[in-house]
Amino acid sequence: MARTIRVLIAKPGLDGHDRGAKVIARALRDAGMEVIYTGIRQTPEQIVSAAIQEGVDLIGLSILSGAHNRLFPKVVNLLREKGADDILVFGGGIIPVDDIPGLKAAGIKEIFLPGASTEDIIRYIRDIVPTA
Amino acid sequence: MPKLTPEELGRWQETTLKKAVAKSPERQPSFETTSQIELKNLFTPLDAGDDGYLPDIGFPGEFPFTRGVQPTMYRGRFWTMRQYAGFATAEETNQRYKYLLAQGQTGLSVAFDLPTQIGYDSDHSLSDGEVGKVGVAIDTLKDMEILFDGIPMDKVSTSMTINSTAAILLAMYIAVAEKQGVKSDLLQGTIQNDVLKEYSARGTYIFPPQESMRIVTDIFAFCKNNVPKWNSISVSGYHMREAGCTAVQEVAFTLADGIAYLEAAQKVGLDVDAIASRIAFFFCCHNNFLEEVAKFRAARRLWAKIMKERFHAKKEASCMLRFHTQTAGCTLTAQQFENNVVRVALQAMAAVLGGTQSLHTNSRDEAYALPTEGAVKIALRTQQIIAHESGVADMADPLGGSYAVEALTNEIEQKSVEYIRKIDEMGGAIKAIAAGYIQKEIADSAYQYQKDIEAKKQIIVGINQYQTEEAPLQDVLRIKPEVEEYQKRKLAQVKAERNNERVRENLAALKKAAQGTDNVLPLILAAVKSYATLGEISDALREVFGEWGSGL
Repeated sequence: MARTIRVLIAKPGLDGHDRGAKVIARALRDAGMEVIYTGIRQTPEQIVSAAIQEGVDLIGLSILSGAHNRLFPKVVNLLREKGADDILVFGGGIIPVDDIPGLKAAGIKEIFLPGASTEDIIRYIRDIVPTA
Repeated sequence: MPKLTPEELGRWQETTLKKAVAKSPERQPSFETTSQIELKNLFTPLDAGDDGYLPDIGFPGEFPFTRGVQPTMYRGRFWTMRQYAGFATAEETNQRYKYLLAQGQTGLSVAFDLPTQIGYDSDHSLSDGEVGKVGVAIDTLKDMEILFDGIPMDKVSTSMTINSTAAILLAMYIAVAEKQGVKSDLLQGTIQNDVLKEYSARGTYIFPPQESMRIVTDIFAFCKNNVPKWNSISVSGYHMREAGCTAVQEVAFTLADGIAYLEAAQKVGLDVDAIASRIAFFFCCHNNFLEEVAKFRAARRLWAKIMKERFHAKKEASCMLRFHTQTAGCTLTAQQFENNVVRVALQAMAAVLGGTQSLHTNSRDEAYALPTEGAVKIALRTQQIIAHESGVADMADPLGGSYAVEALTNEIEQKSVEYIRKIDEMGGAIKAIAAGYIQKEIADSAYQYQKDIEAKKQIIVGINQYQTEEAPLQDVLRIKPEVEEYQKRKLAQVKAERNNERVRENLAALKKAAQGTDNVLPLILAAVKSYATLGEISDALREVFGEWGSGL
């Protein structure tokens, strides 16, 4: 039997808009994944240490304030520093499309924009996380 | 004129309607609003309750204000067209304000960046990446002087979306006006100052709830005596709606917060009639057109009754719910983004038909970033077209008397009353928030809405139907990364030039007031005048009041 996928949904930075983060967390849970939601206003350091401690397969980051170019790569870099870069990182929020190539180059696996369906995100996660 | 009887309606249902439906069924087995109010296929005088015209509907400008707060409504003066704006530095935002005023905007609305809202200076480690992003960065009085440079503060009214640090920004506004030669009793505008919805939806809280309420009531008292034309709070449903709640929940949770503020004011000895007329409200305008129109009417009527029956307000003006509206940001789509212009126009029209006092229309590009100047212009023009071309502003409450709108107004009011009763039983809004009740209700509704979209129960054009392949929007507003460094340099310069001894004294005096019961506002005013930074003042209060964890 396939093992359960573990996901950390996190909100780095100062923005309190967590509707998307909460909806995604719940949809992933309903899809049978184990989900930890950090709550708002987490530093990249807090997020990475929670991810390692919880032994998650991947981290979903949500930012709506425009701080994504600074804070998303910070999370990836910290994972690398801690030797935990087997944890995959994806993100979403109010993100101009021009920023997406830069974020991907920095190691963010995928960016979901407003209007993305939870089914797409669930499918994406099942595709990239080896559960065998 | 013969009256409609239930028998006559039954005859139509059993004959004409039944035959038609048998031949070709309706699109859906049932129809309902976002608040799960079931919609009949036809509303009639039997639903509108026309027996209750005088007590429930009445006249504009009279209790219970269902039809509007002014007798003439927009025949006297249009609503204030007030675009929420702010980004990067005070210098750049000042230019945007001058542009908006030149385009015919009639009031200003300041968006602050998150560090300013949460009490961190631009050089704080937690401000990393956030400086100037969602609004303008304000560290000291110097920034505020630049923000309002060349803007006549005795003529333009200003709304500031600021909550946990509202006292500091209000003090800065007063200090800048003083430098322009404008006395505080002439200033017109609003501070949001609604911390309760920060805990339940928006997230920019600093202090624990009780300490936050202390600052709120200090502001009420200070404004009453020193800035009498200023709205000392804008009780906001907007952010709870954006976080996902329904129209009914928006009314109920907002008015429950309003009740909590008035109770807190009474506890510190403020008379409701002395402050109620300076309490403003702020609602969202979502997609469901008639439900939204009815929502505003229901909120007005219910608040009037609450003021009279619960708080025994003596002045009729205390019973008026005056509100600002913003169209719903969460309804904007990144896909086929031009369609947002149409969504915003419909939402803005509903707000006007609902009798709003001021309005912000969102821009078509806001699912990508803060709006560009060109996009904001279309949004503002949308309001001007409604005002000057549509004709809906030429009479008070044009939809009043519509069987459907009156029935929806009644239903929204009743359902809101039930929610408020539940919140009362929990001990009021503060306790309901501390118990996580409001947050859970909002999250449940948000999840349901998303599920409805994915199940195609709710169609969103371009998202789950009528999709097309198209290039995403490229031309978006970008905040230059240099903004952060520029802001830090400006801050360092202010700190180097000011009298640090005076700053220390002022901060010590503020802490002392915070530990006791003296109003903190005069001390904050003295501190900002000595160029103490927003972060320093917030830290002084943090030391006394403590901080609220983000666990909620």
